[in-house]
Amino acid sequence: MKLELRFFASLREALGVSQEGLTIPDSIKTIADLRNYLTQRGNPWSEVLADGKVLRCALNQHMVDANTPLQDGAEVAFFPPVTGG
Amino acid sequence: MVLKWLSFRQLPGADVPIKIQENDFDVSAEIANLRKGDPRVGAVVTFLGTVRDMNDGSQVKGMTLEHYPGMTEKALQEILDQAKARWDIYQTLVIHRVGPLMPEDQIVLVAVTSAHRGEAFTACEFIMDYLKTAAPFWKKEDTPDGTRWVDARVTDEAAMARWVKK
Repeated sequence: MKLELRFFASLREALGVSQEGLTIPDSIKTIADLRNYLTQRGNPWSEVLADGKVLRCALNQHMVDANTPLQDGAEVAFFPPVTGG
Repeated sequence: MVLKWLSFRQLPGADVPIKIQENDFDVSAEIANLRKGDPRVGAVVTFLGTVRDMNDGSQVKGMTLEHYPGMTEKALQEILDQAKARWDIYQTLVIHRVGPLMPEDQIVLVAVTSAHRGEAFTACEFIMDYLKTAAPFWKKEDTPDGTRWVDARVTDEAAMARWVKK
């Protein structure tokens, strides 16, 4: 499955990446699976995306929870809780 | 000109303006434009957010606002659609600035029109509470100790939770 990853704000800075195309193995089915998969890249990924970190995630530009299934070609974004207004 | 006779008047409330911009805005002009041509309107409620020079005990010299282009507009549209479904309101407007901002600058404007004030007051507060927790904006402050990303507030989550229908 192919995905387009996006990172924002403190995550973007800590990872040093704002956007990345990625092909993932079939075993990665949900947002939570993807997050765990990315932590296996080692630092800074393991730290920034660690379980204890409070993150938000969007699938095709809609906020979703960790159990949401991924879709081929989807845009998946990770970011910290929002602070606008 | 024939076209003159065919001037379509846009249905009041049919458009839902959402503006994400670096530039400042003129509140009076925005309100005038929002309610123009709609004599049903008897109330306009606005919320204006501005940049404070203090946050979490630190002086704030300035800030930069980042957002998620594309998702921001979708999230705001969903919030406005929900407000229109729940309250008897006419026009809605959200303007949110991004990029570099200084203390005292205007950041956000929410405006709602309705026949009577009650519906507009409630809808405006709802829109603002939802925006605070669901619209993808992030503030990075410039303080005397360097720059820092602003942490989300627990009180914002609590403010939004009030609106969830039981």
